[in-house]
Amino acid sequence: MQDLGSAFMAAIALVRDGDAGMLAILGLSLRVSLAALGIAAVVGLPLGALLAVARFPGRRAVVVALNALMGLPPVVAGLLIYLLLSRSGPLGSWGLLFTPGAMVIAQAVLVTPILAALSRGVLEALWEEYAEALRSFGAGPWRAVPTLLWDGRFALLTVLLAGFGRASAEVGAVILVGGNIEGFTRTMTTAIALETSKGDLPLALALGLVLMVIVLGVNALAQGLRDVALRRAG
Amino acid sequence: MLPIRAEAVSYAVGGAAILDDVSLVIEHGAPMLILGPNGAGKSVLLRLLHGLLRPGAGRVTPEVPIRGAMVFQRPVLLRRSALANLRYPLALAGVPGPERARRAEAALVEVGLSALAGRPARRLSGGEQQRLALARAAALEPEVLFLDEPCASLDPAATRAVEEIIRRVAARGTKIVMTTHDLGQARRLAGEVVFLHRGRVVECAPAEHFFAGPASAEGAAFLQGDLLW
Repeated sequence: MQDLGSAFMAAIALVRDGDAGMLAILGLSLRVSLAALGIAAVVGLPLGALLAVARFPGRRAVVVALNALMGLPPVVAGLLIYLLLSRSGPLGSWGLLFTPGAMVIAQAVLVTPILAALSRGVLEALWEEYAEALRSFGAGPWRAVPTLLWDGRFALLTVLLAGFGRASAEVGAVILVGGNIEGFTRTMTTAIALETSKGDLPLALALGLVLMVIVLGVNALAQGLRDVALRRAG
Repeated sequence: MLPIRAEAVSYAVGGAAILDDVSLVIEHGAPMLILGPNGAGKSVLLRLLHGLLRPGAGRVTPEVPIRGAMVFQRPVLLRRSALANLRYPLALAGVPGPERARRAEAALVEVGLSALAGRPARRLSGGEQQRLALARAAALEPEVLFLDEPCASLDPAATRAVEEIIRRVAARGTKIVMTTHDLGQARRLAGEVVFLHRGRVVECAPAEHFFAGPASAEGAAFLQGDLLW
């Protein structure tokens, strides 16, 4: 109880003072998560739309695999990226290990299947409604992909939020491939893990509170945007 | 595109015959109304003629992927503005930008929705949605327009507005091929009647002949309002 109380005070102090170290950590966390989300969206959303409209042998297996990948343990993903990016690994020459770039890659790998699987589900329902009409207009599955992505934009915003949640809350992968280097690859989650293991529970809790407020804020903002847009566009 | 011919077309779903040995010819002229009790296969026939379904046996000519344009019983409107809904199929059909804008505007004016151009299409009333769907199909200037029970869920005022649009489109030379279960509507619109019963064409006749005295017992029973199965 005492920890919680002091954590609350510490959190307020951190925010009130605009603690430079914390702001840097927070900034890096957001940059990494948003970059990973951007990459995952560019790959995952069209992939999900394509899976929603395409009918080919083995499609069910692909869908099942994608759903399973949503639960990919972050440390396992982190380990794989680590092996790829390590000096002796196939992509070692990129020199990305223990940089924010590696963290972006790891998170994009984790988030892409989530966006693809969730958008597949959302857009399949839309395709069911649209399929006859679009075929009547002469649009094949390829042409339907951009149409579904645009017409499903409000539902996809929720999908993006789920992806952002996964990225911003993730610690296992970024700590492996980022290395939790202070001032360079330390994020909110890795800092919390570190402070906890050092025994500075109030600071860890304070960082946790700040992280939760940020995530809450992002979700509220997205929800607000969605409501406004929905009212305008139906 | 015309004439469209269905030659000995059959269609079955899971072993159950929906259409059986249907032959008919669609030519230029007054609207063709496809009549028959529920489950006679009217909607399936329309989809086969349009090209959304492929016959299990027989063929429909000309053998192209899609013949003409179609409006569905429940209008499928995109989650966009009314105007954007009109532009979408025109863009797919390769109509160039300025011409596309002109046709979309004209179609909105024709169905009396120009004041609602910027409104999200799915926020329109049922009647407005069906008028928009009609405008969207008509803007493609198809040779033949298939309408599947376009007034099934509309009130009389909306039905009247939709019928007025259908008449105008037909007057411009577009062949209307339409299903309805509303005999009054069939009498108002039909130039020729195809009477379908249990997946078979029982009668194919000019409307005045059919309504004056159907040649088949099923047709007579249908006109009297008897239950057919």
